[in-house]
Amino acid sequence: MARRIALTVNGRVSRIEVDDPTMPLLYALRNELNLKGLHFGCGLAQCGACTVQVGAAAVRSCALPVSQAEGKPITTLEGIGETGRLHPLQQAFIDEQAAQCGYCTGGMIMQAKALLESNRSPSDEEIRRALAGNLCRCGSQLRVLRAVRRAARAMA
Amino acid sequence: MDLPMMDRRGFLAAGGGLCVGLSLGGGRASAQGFRAARGLSLGEVDTFLAVAADGRVTLYSGKVDLGTGVRTALMQIAAEELDLPMSRVSVVQGDTLLTPDQGATISSVSISRGGVEVRRAAATARAALLAAAAREWSVPVEGLATLDGEVRAPDGRALDYGKLVGGRTFMLKVDPKVKVKDPASYRLVGRSVPRVELPAMVTGQFEFMHDVRVPGMLHARVVRPPAMRGRLGEVDDSAARRIPGFVATVRVRDFLAVVARDEWAAIRAARALRAQWARWEGLPDQSQLWASVRASPILRDDVTQNVGNAPLMLQKATRVLRSTFDFAIHTHGSIGPSCAIAQWEDGRLTCWSASQQTHELRRQLADMFALGADQVRCLYVEGSGCYGRNGHEDAAADAALIAREIGRPVRVQWSREDEHVWDPKGPPTLIDYVAGLDERGQVTAWTAEAWIPQGQSVSRATLVAAELGGLPTDASHPGSVQQHLAIQYGFPNIRSVAHRLAHTPFRPSWIRTPGRMQNTFGNEVFVDELAQAAGVDPIAFRLRHLSDARAAEVLGRVAKLAQWVPHEATRPVLQAGRRTGRGVSYVKYELVRTYVAVVAEVEVDVDSGAVRVTRVHVAHDCGQVINPDGLRNQIEGCVIQTASRTMVEELRFDRSTVTSRDWASYPIMRFPDVPDVTIDIIDRPGEPPWGAGEPTAAVIPSAISNAIHDAIGVRMRSVPFTPSKVKAALRAAREAGTRG
Ligand code: FES
Ligand code: FES
Repeated sequence: MARRIALTVNGRVSRIEVDDPTMPLLYALRNELNLKGLHFGCGLAQCGACTVQVGAAAVRSCALPVSQAEGKPITTLEGIGETGRLHPLQQAFIDEQAAQCGYCTGGMIMQAKALLESNRSPSDEEIRRALAGNLCRCGSQLRVLRAVRRAARAMA
Repeated sequence: MDLPMMDRRGFLAAGGGLCVGLSLGGGRASAQGFRAARGLSLGEVDTFLAVAADGRVTLYSGKVDLGTGVRTALMQIAAEELDLPMSRVSVVQGDTLLTPDQGATISSVSISRGGVEVRRAAATARAALLAAAAREWSVPVEGLATLDGEVRAPDGRALDYGKLVGGRTFMLKVDPKVKVKDPASYRLVGRSVPRVELPAMVTGQFEFMHDVRVPGMLHARVVRPPAMRGRLGEVDDSAARRIPGFVATVRVRDFLAVVARDEWAAIRAARALRAQWARWEGLPDQSQLWASVRASPILRDDVTQNVGNAPLMLQKATRVLRSTFDFAIHTHGSIGPSCAIAQWEDGRLTCWSASQQTHELRRQLADMFALGADQVRCLYVEGSGCYGRNGHEDAAADAALIAREIGRPVRVQWSREDEHVWDPKGPPTLIDYVAGLDERGQVTAWTAEAWIPQGQSVSRATLVAAELGGLPTDASHPGSVQQHLAIQYGFPNIRSVAHRLAHTPFRPSWIRTPGRMQNTFGNEVFVDELAQAAGVDPIAFRLRHLSDARAAEVLGRVAKLAQWVPHEATRPVLQAGRRTGRGVSYVKYELVRTYVAVVAEVEVDVDSGAVRVTRVHVAHDCGQVINPDGLRNQIEGCVIQTASRTMVEELRFDRSTVTSRDWASYPIMRFPDVPDVTIDIIDRPGEPPWGAGEPTAAVIPSAISNAIHDAIGVRMRSVPFTPSKVKAALRAAREAGTRG
């Protein structure tokens, strides 16, 4: 039986129909709402490519049933800034050229955003630990580290 | 203006294809009605460049951006040579209908070959634009100049490129001897121009392959056999049919898939499908892997280097050193599993994928479905970083087969498990080294003998869907994995042989620095062992056997960067506690291009066997540098990815299939363990540009191994360097009571 679910994404409420309320939030965001800032990497909460914020927390959207996201404020990469008014993290990722293929990048930014909101001036160790669950195969980690540091300074 | 009146559509048609309804941007709506051009000639300017009426230039590149920044670098090269602002250049890449076949995007040659082809085409075009303006104004060409997309005369007159050629073709052969710009006048090349994709990537606007949708498209999942070779018995899809959104089950011999209206329904239906598969246990026992590699039937021997008479000199040696190296099977581990879309119209196949070799894929798909190459069009769309032949081409074949069966466009998204289990693998590599020394410790002979998969000059892998479906496909050839089974060191007698094996456990493929990483690992650790035997500092030892000024310079620069203190490579075996160490390694890539020297620093805990790579210093000479920051990005990526492969990665399997099925069972290096990297780039603007996507990766495993030896006195000769292997090496060294 199809069920209607209201999702609050980037401040806007969208109603979608789902056949299966246990469907991960990722599929609703990517396929129903056409958001491209979060990516499918594993579907197992192991890589962080699908990271979004639910409230203040960085969450793996591939492992959260869409029904459990209902009514909660969801923020995706698209919602934190756009060309012309970038979030300091987005700007810092450009300034540091902190990507190669960019597939992991959105998840890195969202994870770092949650970190900086709870810790305004993290040490390198703290940044590394906070991003330990975000995998990057291209090897962009040192640049990501520099970008998060730069964003923290900009946001101070 | 007397450039011939023909537009690019006409050019493509003249090249053999009539492209009805073709949108030159490679847009998705344009797939209808094509008859693919026969190969676009690499000798024609129009193959690479088109100037629109508004003066914008489109660059057609057969080399694709795999997340490396190649698009930006090629734009820099073209804009530089044409004297054009970069903002007026756009790139179409990897479309078999529109872009030339410049070979697969592999081996770090996108700049050294692809970039140089673009540079010559652009320089030829610029000369033609100058000549056209000279005719237009009836003035000598000598006084004219190009700037900002215009030809300018000394009297102040100007004509922009759009007015000169806009919309028409050059109909001009690329002049191989064309005068290219003097590097001293470069404005774009040599500068750290930011990657053009990044603003879209950080805002979620970038379209990856995984984001592509075509009208009427359905979603499919392949249901894979529980063993690497599975014969399919009965299929019961009654539960799958009850999933809302289910459309069809597709079976072609042993190929099985489900199709649904949406992606989640396809995943659920795949899980609900009940299939009977025959047992198959044809894989070797992993604990006996190296014995089984050594015992594999040999198809042929390739002698990869032969200097003097090494076997004879070994017999005469006063002292003989022997070492065996092995390098585990690796998976590519792209963060985004492979994804492709296929669509059939009137017997023609269009396929979107992140394949690094769309022209080769077109041929493979044409063979699979018994089509002419002009009935298949493959388009490249950027995917998750690609480090060689992973699952992209297989996902493309899956989609093509399913789409043919159901008559609708189909998107296939591989699962994490599909990617880990079914991508073709970096093959196991085993190498024996023997060296002979005279009474003074001088090396008199060097021999290497490797056991590696068979291969041909064309790199390709069998398409899984074709194999399961009983359709025609090629055997797998893993690329030039014999390279670097040869050394630059001037020992008087050298012999290296590659035993090409009839079987290898999984489809062998190329992963970043294929073979060259494994072979350089053995070479550069064994050289360190020889330096140790000679009682000479490892950098001094290398320099003593190299007569190449650029080699000496990278080694000298890395020594300076790392503040290397010359020392003998002899170390006592450490009994307990922690110690740091440093190791050097060097390569001239494929013996003909990019020079790299590195010093790795490690910290070893003898009690746990844990090794942490703390820093890697890199001195890098790839000739002319196009984009210094892009180059640094590639070097950092080489170091980090290879540190991961060296320290933690090993594919696990049982007798039937791969048991490394996700990031828990096949971990890669995580943020806290990533080493710092310091880089010294040697820019040589007057030299040809070489590649950087692989060379640094070649030297990382050996540098780490040499650093571990420097720390604790044991040689690590088996990748990955896990704590248990470190402890076993220490135990063996203590028992032998010897030094390393
Ligand atoms: S896709 Fe969600 S953590 Fe990997
Ligand atoms: S930039 Fe490619 S996976 Fe991180």
